[in-house]
Amino acid sequence: MIGGSRLGSRFDSPRVLGFVLIAPAAILLLGLIAYPLVWGVWLSMTSATLGDTGAFVGLHNYAVILADPVFRGAAMFSVLYTVFAEAGKLALGLALALLLNQNFRGQRSARALMLLPWVAPTVLSALAWLWLLDPQFSAVSWLLVRLHLISRNLDFLGTPATARASLIVVNIWRGLPYFAIGYLAGLQSISKDLYEAAAIDGATGWQAFRRITWPLLAPITTILVAFSSIFTLTDFQLIWTITRGGPTDATQVFTTLAYQRAIISGQLGEGAAIAISPIVFMIVLAFFVVRSVRER
Amino acid sequence: MTVRNLRIYAPLAFYGVFLLLPFYWMIVTTFKSSAELLNTPNPFLIFHFTFSHITDLLTQTQYGRWFANTLFISVGATVLSVFISYIAAYAIIRLRFPGWQAVSTAIFLAYIVPPAILFIPLATVIIQLHWFDQLWALIPIYATFLVPFCTWLLIGFLKTVPRELEEAARVDGASNVAILWKIIFPIAVPGLISAAIFSFTLSWNEYLYALVYMSSSGNKTVSVGMTTELIRGDVFQWGQLMAGALIGVLPAVLVYFFFVEYYVAGLSGSVKE
Repeated sequence: MIGGSRLGSRFDSPRVLGFVLIAPAAILLLGLIAYPLVWGVWLSMTSATLGDTGAFVGLHNYAVILADPVFRGAAMFSVLYTVFAEAGKLALGLALALLLNQNFRGQRSARALMLLPWVAPTVLSALAWLWLLDPQFSAVSWLLVRLHLISRNLDFLGTPATARASLIVVNIWRGLPYFAIGYLAGLQSISKDLYEAAAIDGATGWQAFRRITWPLLAPITTILVAFSSIFTLTDFQLIWTITRGGPTDATQVFTTLAYQRAIISGQLGEGAAIAISPIVFMIVLAFFVVRSVRER
Repeated sequence: MTVRNLRIYAPLAFYGVFLLLPFYWMIVTTFKSSAELLNTPNPFLIFHFTFSHITDLLTQTQYGRWFANTLFISVGATVLSVFISYIAAYAIIRLRFPGWQAVSTAIFLAYIVPPAILFIPLATVIIQLHWFDQLWALIPIYATFLVPFCTWLLIGFLKTVPRELEEAARVDGASNVAILWKIIFPIAVPGLISAAIFSFTLSWNEYLYALVYMSSSGNKTVSVGMTTELIRGDVFQWGQLMAGALIGVLPAVLVYFFFVEYYVAGLSGSVKE
């Protein structure tokens, strides 16, 4: 005999119990996600500052940021950062998955070790990268000089182009294990028969990849890129730890600029407008996801 | 070495160096003397081994406090989120209460709303609730991104539990509450472990909310304390910083190596769903 307590019998109606069980999650999500989301839209249309609720100003903040070269630069770099980092994660992640999908000694340890960048707290590994890319004592520069690839130490984070490239590389470093593990799961679900049939028909390895592997991985590619893009477009930890948006705003992105304007300078309304603006790209992204899923 | 071996191990070596370099660099810097950090014939090697960076970090800074704070918040947020998510996931897939479809869609949408979009309006909510600079407040705040993730993961897991088990128990006179705790719970343990380890890893990694909503030194987490209090001015104490990074990475890595198969299965599953 199981259960039968009075409390148990009162909750026996699925309808009552359902509401009770869903209530904590619903309260949390309504109070701390849905309400702030709506409140954020309102805030972006006010002149609120830290300590002052401000007044309704309509689309004024949006007009201000669209005319602001720093915001336009941040929007540009956010997109650039996302496009290059996603391309790099996709290519290197897929290549790693293809590598790990083969049988070799140490395959399991390799698979376990490769996830470390994803497991380790981003800020802490970003600090290690900051020190690796130090203008004076960079170990990466030291190595490149010894290999005769450069003649003297590079100031990786001191010039706009190298700072941007460095951040993209570090983002790829952190995100490629997620792509690799996702692709590895996808590869393991593809039937070996397909490759055998292709080999009998005389297909080369590249043809088999092009005609079998890549098309069958397409749904996984869409999910991986869409999810990863949303979080890359709104990245904060990596960039804030390594460059703080510098040198002179060259690596500013939506979130670092929103943080600077809203929290450091106290311009809540303007900061909220900046923080919300990547939603435009996310809706476009979601549209492509839905369409590609529907086409299949 | 055969050609086949070379074609596997050569690219693998490239990945190994690239992916593990920052961790190697943390270890080397942590145990290297201060003089050697600035002047060395080879930065990748240790010539004078020392523990002084670790002892300095633990005695001269608030690092120990930040570590304890991070542990408290991560464990608290994990326990709270897994509990809330377990009962919510069960309600969504089994109890078909009115509006369950809308709720499950809302939870999926909440999963893809990044904290970067929420942190400014949420700051004003936190101030109104008098949660600002209260360490425990990070537990419900972290639950906002953990609950959608865990609920989603547990819905997928609970779907695989056969209905017959519950129906047999119901025939024996078990109530829904009893079924939830005595029948489903033991079977759901692997799913709950997955949800818990991911929650712990994500909490340990969190930065933005802790940076914005905590202000006094005694309420900071490892990541926030290190970037706001150990990095000051132009002189970086790299020995201490890397010692702090290394110690801060350890809990996440230990949990990971202990449950490595759950991580692989969980990450693969989240893609397949």
